[in-house]
Amino acid sequence: MSVLLLIEQILNGLQFGLMLFLISAGLTLIFGVMGIINLAHGSLYMVGAFAAAAGAAATGSFVLGLGAALMAAAIAGVIVEVLVIRRLYDRDHLDQVLATFALILIFSEGTRWVFGSFPLYLDVPSWLSGAVTLPGGIPYPLYRLTIIGIGLAVAAGLFLLIAKTRVGIRIRAGESDREMIAALGVDISKLYTLVFALGAALAGFAGALVGAIQSVQVGMGEPMLILAFVTIVIGGIGSIKGAFVGAILVGLTDTLGRFLLPVLFGVFMEPSSATAVGSALASMLIYILMAGVLIFRPTGLYGKA
Amino acid sequence: MIRETYLNALIMALLLGIPLWAHVAGQPFTITLATKVAILGLAGVGLNIALGLGGMVSLGHAVFFGIGGYAMGILAHHAQTYTPLMEAPLLIEGTKFMPAIWLVAVVVSAVVALAIGALSLRTGGVYFIMITLAFGQMFYYFAISWPAYGGEDGLSIYVRNEFPGLNTLVPIQFFAIAFVALSLGLILSHLIARSRFGLALGAARQNSERVQTVGLDPMRVKLVAFVISGAITGLAGALFADLNRFVAPTMFSWHLSGELIIFIILGGIGRLFGPVVGAGLFILLEHFLGGLSEYWLIYVGAILLGVVLFARGGLIGALSGREVAHD
Amino acid sequence: MTEPILRTESITKYFGAVKASQDVSLELRPGEIHALIGPNGAGKSTLIKQIAGNLTPDAGRIWFDGRDVTRLGTVARARAGLGRTFQISSLAMEYTVLQNVVLGALGRDGGVMRFLLPAMKDKALVAEAEAALDRVGLIDLKSTRTADLSHGQRRQLEVAVALTLRPKAFLMDEPMAGLGAGGSKRLTGFLDTLRAEAPILLVEHDMDAVFALADRISVLVYGEVIATGTAAEIRANRDVRTAYLGEDA
Repeated sequence: MSVLLLIEQILNGLQFGLMLFLISAGLTLIFGVMGIINLAHGSLYMVGAFAAAAGAAATGSFVLGLGAALMAAAIAGVIVEVLVIRRLYDRDHLDQVLATFALILIFSEGTRWVFGSFPLYLDVPSWLSGAVTLPGGIPYPLYRLTIIGIGLAVAAGLFLLIAKTRVGIRIRAGESDREMIAALGVDISKLYTLVFALGAALAGFAGALVGAIQSVQVGMGEPMLILAFVTIVIGGIGSIKGAFVGAILVGLTDTLGRFLLPVLFGVFMEPSSATAVGSALASMLIYILMAGVLIFRPTGLYGKA
Repeated sequence: MIRETYLNALIMALLLGIPLWAHVAGQPFTITLATKVAILGLAGVGLNIALGLGGMVSLGHAVFFGIGGYAMGILAHHAQTYTPLMEAPLLIEGTKFMPAIWLVAVVVSAVVALAIGALSLRTGGVYFIMITLAFGQMFYYFAISWPAYGGEDGLSIYVRNEFPGLNTLVPIQFFAIAFVALSLGLILSHLIARSRFGLALGAARQNSERVQTVGLDPMRVKLVAFVISGAITGLAGALFADLNRFVAPTMFSWHLSGELIIFIILGGIGRLFGPVVGAGLFILLEHFLGGLSEYWLIYVGAILLGVVLFARGGLIGALSGREVAHD
Repeated sequence: MTEPILRTESITKYFGAVKASQDVSLELRPGEIHALIGPNGAGKSTLIKQIAGNLTPDAGRIWFDGRDVTRLGTVARARAGLGRTFQISSLAMEYTVLQNVVLGALGRDGGVMRFLLPAMKDKALVAEAEAALDRVGLIDLKSTRTADLSHGQRRQLEVAVALTLRPKAFLMDEPMAGLGAGGSKRLTGFLDTLRAEAPILLVEHDMDAVFALADRISVLVYGEVIATGTAAEIRANRDVRTAYLGEDA
C-alpha cells in the first residue's frame, strides 16, 4: 500500500465529509432553530443536482448551473416551508416524519416524471478537469480539490454568519428561546423561512457539486440524508460545530474504511474473501462509529444533554 | 367504541371473505393480494406496539422485516442446496419447515431489537428516529455487500416452505397461514394493550416522569415493547419472503420502514386494526393507481400529506367517528 | 430521638459558578411534617430534585430509610419508598383518573411484565386505587379523562397516586398551588392525618398551610438553610424575618 494512495484517500474522505457537512449543517440548523426533523432534506439535495444538470445543459456553463442549483433548492425550500413545514411546528415528531416522507415521495416521483428515470450527467468544466500535482508529488483531481476548497469556504462563511451577523444572532436566539425572540419583535415566521431556505440552498449546492462526480438521479438524496443523520447524531443535534466534526469523521471513516479494511483483511485471508468481508464491514463502519459515540455520549459529541 | 368493534369485525370478514370468493372464482392473484395485506398488516401490527402503544417512532422496522426474510432465505437456501449452515462448533442444517423458520426469525429479530433498542432508547425523541433509521440502513448495506447470500440480487427459493398438514403451494392454504398469523398478532396486541405492561407502556409514552415516580423504569418497559414489536415484524418478514419465494436487500430498505408507518397512520394511529386497514388501503392504491400511472407514489405522497395535515384519525377514525386519545 | 427516615448530609450542588445548594443538612423524622420554605430562586426545586434523584449532588450524601441513596436514580428511590408529588402536575393525561392511580398500585406491586390479563380488571389493583381516590375525594371522577381535570383536581390525583405506593415518606412540591381556599383547607386537613402514616417533606408557598401543619420548618435562602425550628421559633427568628419575610413584605 502506497502512502500516495493513502493521502489521496484521505483527501477523498475530506471532500466527502465536507459535502456531507453542507447537507448536515442545514438539517441540524433546521432542527435546532425550528424543532423540525426534515426527511425531505435529501430531496432538496437532489433538486439542486437536477437544477445544476439542467441549467448547465441549457446554458453550457457549469457556474450558471451551480447558480441554478442554489436558486432552485432555495425556492423549493421556501415553497415547502410555507406550504407544509409551517403547519408542522406544533406537531409531534411522528407527524413531521410522515409529512416529510410524503414530500420525498412527491419530489422523487415528480422529478422522475419531469426528467425520466435515466440518470443525467453533469460534466466537470474543462477548466476544472484534469489533475494537479500536490506537494510531495501526489496527483489529485483538480475538481475534487476545488470542492474541498469550496466546502471549507462555505463552512467558514457559515460559522461567521452564525457567530457575527445579525441574522446569525437571531438564529442562535431562536435556538435558545423562541418566545424571547418573538417578544423582541423579530418576525419569527420570516426567520424560519429564511433558515429553511438557507439549509435547502446548502443541500442543493452540495447536490450540484457532487452531481459532477456521480450521476444525477432520482433517489440520490436518500443515502446522503441518512448519512447526514448519522453525522448529526454523532455531532449532537442542533450543533453546527458538531455537524462539522461529525461530517469529517464520517467522511474519513467511510472512505478510509472502504480502502483499508479489505487490505487489512488481506493480511490473513485470501484476497477474494478479504475483499468481500472487508467491504461488507466497511459498509457498516460509520454505523458502528455512531453506536460507539452513543454508548459514551448519548447526545452526541457536542449535543446538549 | 361499539361502532369500531363492528368495523373491526367487518374488516376481518372482508379480509377472509374476499380470498375465499377468489378461491371459488379461480382468481389466485386476488388471493395473493389478500395474503400480502395480511402479512404487511401483521408487520404493521408489530410496529404499532412500539409506535402506537409506546410512542417510539421507529424508522428502522424494516430491519426486522428483512431479518425475518433472510432467516427464511438462508435456512431454505441451505436446505435446498443440501449444505449445512455451519459445521463447527456444532452442525446446523438448513430447513424448509416453516415453524422452525418462524422461530429463528422471531428470536433473531428479538435479539437485534434488543441491541438497537438499548442503543437508541438512551436518548429518545428525534435521536431515536434518526438512530433507528441509521441502523436500518446499516443492515441494508450489509445485505448488499455480503456476497454469500446473493448480495444485491437476493436469494430465490425454488419451492415454498412446508407446513405440516397443508399444501402451502395452494394460494388459499398459504393465505390461511398468513391470516391465522395476523389474527394471533392482533389478539396479542389487543391483550398487551390492556395488560399491566400495556398500562405502563402507555404511561411511558405519555409521561415517562410519571412512570418513574411510581417506581417503574420507563426505558425498560419501552425496550421490552420494542423487542416484542421487532419480533412480530420479523415473523411477518419470514412470511413475506415465503410468499414471494424470494428475499432481497430491499426488504431492509428504509422506504419499507416508512411504508409500515404509513399503514399505521392511514388506518389510524392507536387503533388495533389500523395497520391492517392501512396495509389494505396501500395495496389497493398500489394496485389501482399503479395501473393508472407509473408515478403512483406521487398520489400516495399527496394522500399521506393530506391525512397528516388534515385528518389525523385515519380511515377508521373517519368511519367510526370516534376521536382516539392521542396528543 | 427516633432515627430520621430521610436525611441529607451537607449536600452541595453547583450550576457552573452558581451554588444552588450549599451544605444543606435536613432531617425528616417519623410522624412529622417538615416544611421547606424560602423565596423564589432560593434553590428549593434543586434541592427537591436531588432528594428525588433527578440530580446528583456534587458533594454530600442523602440517606433514606437507613440506606445511602445518593447515587440512586428516581426509579430506585421511588421503589425504596419515596412518594413524590410535583409542582407542575405530572400525570398520564390521556388516561382516566382511575388508570393513573392503578398505575401507581402497579408500581408498588411491581408485576409490570405481565402481558395477557387486563390491568383494569385486576381486582386487587383497582380496589387499592379506588381506596386511594376515595381518600382524596376524587372517587366520583374516576372515569374522567385526566386532561379534563382542573389543576386542583390534578394535585389531588397526584396525592392519590402517591398513596398507592404506600411510601415511607412523602415529598410534596407545592401541593396547595391552584387549589383555592376551600380545596386548600381540605387538603390541609388530609395531610394533617397523613403524617401518621408517613412523614411529609413539604415545599409550600401557602404560609397559612405551612404554619398550620408543620412540626418543623426549614428556611432556605440562596441555597443555604438559614434556620430550622418549630413554627414559633421560625416566626421569632431574626435572620428569617430579614432574609425571607422582609423580602416578602
